[in-house]
Amino acid sequence: MPHRAFFWFILPSALAMLLFIALPIASVILQSVHIEHPKVMTEVETCGPFNCTTELRVDTEATAELRKAQPLGKFIGLETYLNRNHLAFDVLKVQWQERDGFFSFVRGLYNLPFYKALTFTVAYTFIVTPLVILLGFCIAVAVNAIPKILRGSVIFVSLLPMIVTPLIGSLVLFWMVDANGVLGSAIQRLFDDPNLSLKASPFLTWIMLFVYGVWHSAPFAFVVFYAGLQTVPQDTLESAMIDGASRWERIRYVVLPHLAPLVTFVALIQLMDNFRVFEPIVGFNASASATSLSWIIFNDLFGQQQLFGSAAATSMLTILGVCILLMPVLVRTWRQYKVVQ
Amino acid sequence: MTVFKKSLLAGSLLLATLGTAQADGCGIEKGTVSILANDFPALHAVVSGAEACGGGGVEFSKNHNKDHKDIMVAALTSDPSEYTSVVVANSTLVTLMNDGLVRPMDDLVEKHGGSLAKNQLITVDGKVMAVAFMANAQHLFYRSDILEEAGVEVPETYDDVLAAAKAIKDKGLMDYPYIGTFKSGWNLGEEFVNMFMGTGADMFKPGAAELDINNDNGVKTLEMLKSLTEYMNPDYLTFDSNAVQAEWEAGNAALTNLWGSRAGAVLDDEGSTAEVVAGTAFASAPKLGDTPATTLWWDGFSIAANTSDEDAEATFIAMMNGITTEMANANPDEAVWLIEGYTPGEKAIGVAATAQAGAKPYPMLPYIGALHTAAGAEIVEFLQGSEDAATALADMEAAYNAAAKEAGFLK
Repeated sequence: MPHRAFFWFILPSALAMLLFIALPIASVILQSVHIEHPKVMTEVETCGPFNCTTELRVDTEATAELRKAQPLGKFIGLETYLNRNHLAFDVLKVQWQERDGFFSFVRGLYNLPFYKALTFTVAYTFIVTPLVILLGFCIAVAVNAIPKILRGSVIFVSLLPMIVTPLIGSLVLFWMVDANGVLGSAIQRLFDDPNLSLKASPFLTWIMLFVYGVWHSAPFAFVVFYAGLQTVPQDTLESAMIDGASRWERIRYVVLPHLAPLVTFVALIQLMDNFRVFEPIVGFNASASATSLSWIIFNDLFGQQQLFGSAAATSMLTILGVCILLMPVLVRTWRQYKVVQ
Repeated sequence: MTVFKKSLLAGSLLLATLGTAQADGCGIEKGTVSILANDFPALHAVVSGAEACGGGGVEFSKNHNKDHKDIMVAALTSDPSEYTSVVVANSTLVTLMNDGLVRPMDDLVEKHGGSLAKNQLITVDGKVMAVAFMANAQHLFYRSDILEEAGVEVPETYDDVLAAAKAIKDKGLMDYPYIGTFKSGWNLGEEFVNMFMGTGADMFKPGAAELDINNDNGVKTLEMLKSLTEYMNPDYLTFDSNAVQAEWEAGNAALTNLWGSRAGAVLDDEGSTAEVVAGTAFASAPKLGDTPATTLWWDGFSIAANTSDEDAEATFIAMMNGITTEMANANPDEAVWLIEGYTPGEKAIGVAATAQAGAKPYPMLPYIGALHTAAGAEIVEFLQGSEDAATALADMEAAYNAAAKEAGFLK
């Protein structure tokens, strides 16, 4: 396609992307480098049903004037990014100097909210993604092997976990793993430990969330691989059979190379999706043991004290994280583009 | 607390006269009344009373929303605002006032609020900013049958609670005798604030937004919370009020410090057994030092700043029609009403006893939200046993300082 035609072809979607993706991101960047004006506070007497006290109150008129002069708030540069609730380099420096072995430094790191969330997010991403691909592929191969008449219903059932809204799916599982629930009491009986609870220990909570993640996303990988399986060249498969290739060898040397681009595609989408893990943490009430980057953004926005700057800074760091994750693939695509040119 | 008691017990005839005067369409000719409120039965009763003023020239709309506090600031910032009134509590009124979104209503109170008791008026710097109509507090729920079987008295302090829980556990009556709203986040933050209040100390340095919790009182607070968890179901960090109510109704616990507004739901004939309902009784929140370790809350209505005077007046009259003595006495168990002429039912004695024992109100400080959030997140690891109390308090202080600085409360 000539460059000119391509330009006109892409223009509408480029405009939409500018409007709905680039501009909001620009506004988030702007918010992340500002904080609220210092509040003008005065002591006043406050009376309620129970007593009267003298307390500090925000002088709204004086504060409104400050806001009028600078509607964006007070500019502070990257300070929000660097404060204790985000990257906390100052705290880390002190902890590194005062460390008592590497392990104690890691513990100190994990004690900071951002790094705690990052640890779970990264663990979730790198454990769930490969398992989803593996399980999705196995289901696809299995479904492809069953008689055609049964396939429709089996496919429908396999897709159910993805059809269920994530929040509802996690709530259902949350109740099932409760000590009074079906799965919870079965596990207690299996391990013969009446006090065993998946919700009580951070480690088991993590496992529970990983299992949920795989359960929820495997159908997506399955559907993509199943579609791919329909396009595997039959001639090659047949000649492999004539050459005496076993079922495993056919999968290893014919099917897998054919599906390789799809694996890249599923991996990309899953890396991005899993890095933004959020719903299961809410659904499983798991915030005590596991927090993710998306969860701390939500917590900043919907806590009793709304912190827009904090939420914006974490959002930018999340975008940065996604970029780093996708970097290998992006670099490869760019190289291929250069070769074509 | 005598004022509080008086409002609970004393009757007033003023309201009866006002009631007749407003019988005809509440006396509003025209205007817009739109109300944003939380979603629980007591508020349904109030807002329905206000709704009776709709019709004719009065446009009425309401939104009962569990997440009202997430939408109220945006809804009231627009001019004219989306709602003419928000039903607020201690914590939410501060949020609205921080942005100047509610109007003083002294003139309206003078003109139409003759039936209000003085303690219903929430005044800030001499101006009435909200009218309170119900009180709430977390207080002791106990199973009298289980306590009797274990041979212990009704606990008055948290040390008594621990002793009672131990007795119940040792006798093999229950595995986890105590239960609490310890879900990490807001609920756990509230447990911290409640327990700290029991020490009788202030959480902030006087006249400043600086925390004053990283001390012996803070350690005492945390140690007590940790001691309680030893008698709690190991899933306690996932328990909110709904979960606690369900566990209680299932007969799995004998002691809890639960919201007064749950008393009616626990004693109704749904979701529980006759044994649990018959055994459940209420008392004042246990003390940690000399003060009950809980906070008193009120619910009341405010009037939006960005609304016309006419609509503000219409809204005020409509809301007054919602908080009548008749409404309170028709719903005696839905809430502990602060309305004059209300006779508290048996389910209200916990809140009343807590107030009389000298519990403090939840602080209406502009920066309390930052502390509440920090507490709900940072003490989790201490309760899980992976850090000590001093570290947890230091973490809390650091998280609070960062948030308070961003919100402009600290330099």
